[in-house]
Amino acid sequence: MEIKSPISSTGKKLRTEEMIINMGPQHPSTHGVLRLELIVDGEIVNEVIPHLGYLHRCFEKHCEHMTNYQQVIPYVDRMDYVAAMNNELAYAIAVEKLLAIQIPERVDYIRVIMAELQRIASHLIAVGTYGIDIGAFTPFLYCFRDREKILDLFEMTCGARLLYNYIWVGGLSHDLPTNFIPKTQSFIKEFRKTLKEVTDLLVYNEIFVKRTANIGVLPKDVAINYGCSGPMLRASGVDWDLRRDDPYSVYHKFDWKVIVGKGEVGTIGDCWDRNMVRVLEMEESLKIIEQAIVSIPEGNVQSAIPKRIRPNPGESYGRAESPRGELGFYVISDGTASPYRIKARSPAFVNLSVINEISRGSMIADLVAIMGSIDIVLGEVDR
Amino acid sequence: MTFQEIADKLSAKFGQNILAIKSDVKPDPYILVSADSILEISKYLRDEENFDFLNSLSGVDLKGKLAAVYHISSLTSKDKIVIRVEVETANPTIPSVESIWKSANWHEREAFDLFGIVFSNHPDLRRILLPYDWEGHPLRKDYQVPEFYNGMKVPY
Repeated sequence: MEIKSPISSTGKKLRTEEMIINMGPQHPSTHGVLRLELIVDGEIVNEVIPHLGYLHRCFEKHCEHMTNYQQVIPYVDRMDYVAAMNNELAYAIAVEKLLAIQIPERVDYIRVIMAELQRIASHLIAVGTYGIDIGAFTPFLYCFRDREKILDLFEMTCGARLLYNYIWVGGLSHDLPTNFIPKTQSFIKEFRKTLKEVTDLLVYNEIFVKRTANIGVLPKDVAINYGCSGPMLRASGVDWDLRRDDPYSVYHKFDWKVIVGKGEVGTIGDCWDRNMVRVLEMEESLKIIEQAIVSIPEGNVQSAIPKRIRPNPGESYGRAESPRGELGFYVISDGTASPYRIKARSPAFVNLSVINEISRGSMIADLVAIMGSIDIVLGEVDR
Repeated sequence: MTFQEIADKLSAKFGQNILAIKSDVKPDPYILVSADSILEISKYLRDEENFDFLNSLSGVDLKGKLAAVYHISSLTSKDKIVIRVEVETANPTIPSVESIWKSANWHEREAFDLFGIVFSNHPDLRRILLPYDWEGHPLRKDYQVPEFYNGMKVPY
């Protein structure tokens, strides 16, 4: 009798010592519903085949059925649901580029403040849950406590905690509430302490360093070739940030620096570097907020919102730096009120595609560390 | 480099294969190239002009034609360029650029999944977002939602 050898879903025949293990779709370290088909030789991972789409909600098809460009915004919120403000900002940029409208400076300032607060909130989740992946529970609680304070600020501004529908094409849904500025300033003061605590507790913790340093090293050229962006790319030593290199909104007015991985405890581009880039970026975001909040100009945040949005036939690719990297929206207009085509270039989708490259040859337990350091949000991967 | 400079360079180098330079498309103009030349042009752009980063690859249904739109940029010179390939819906085959930019791998799988564009020489052209046994390509404009999926009624 002929014995057939098992075949992976990419059509590869397994060798005798290899076997297939499914990690997910329900697995705590996949941060959502993602299935990784692992071809393992004992504890060593020979190949990772990701299976996506468990959270696919036809975002792009929905957009084509909208009767107004503003109606897309709630859907955009639900892509990267832990960084909805950044999604809205990228979408608004793409459509405003298509419409070629100028927006009041006050709107730009508030957008930057919101986007940076959201970046801190998102990085807090990334760093906190990464601690859990590695086995450190306490920093997670610290992170979520302070994230809650940011969500309170958002709730105060627009009534929603996670999915805001706040940044509209041409403006904002609400102006800042009266006590937003003092509350944000006191948050910044308190948050600096948390940031130091998290750094001391987690980042330089010996066990954490041993689990993450020299693991999942992503070399510079591979990162660029795979289209990685955001903290993934910067941790590999590429000095690239859209906020500085393709300036949008009013980022050029503020003084801050781009954080690049240095390989402080291991190799450049390892898991520790990716986590550290996020931790240090929170401090830079605080700097931007501090500068923006004291110089907000006066103005009406709804004066530039178009009554009817009917862009001329054309196409635009608008992009912004979301907490995960380059979030781009490719919008095609055929001159009617509904978009002809919207494509979302989601950073998490592209960043995840490199996983097979950087986890080949590592242990299964290290794969958990690598997955966490990529910081994917499945709502954005699957759209 | 401005859009016009890149367009001039490409038309000097590839002549016939540059089908149109759409500089009147606002705000992001694009260069329409022939499907057969996309691999060569990509190689030229990456190796000679330093376009090392494929931002995005999108499928578009133009009713009768399918298009693949390549947003390419350079991390060193910060230049951006949009290249477009159009093929007949009846025979939608485009050479894969996966060998040039690895990021094209999943983008091409997505365009195959949602539009049915076949990327020849792609190492692993499977569906990526939809189930592997799904029928049809939903982002095509003439797509009909199926009534049944594996014997289950689709609820709308």
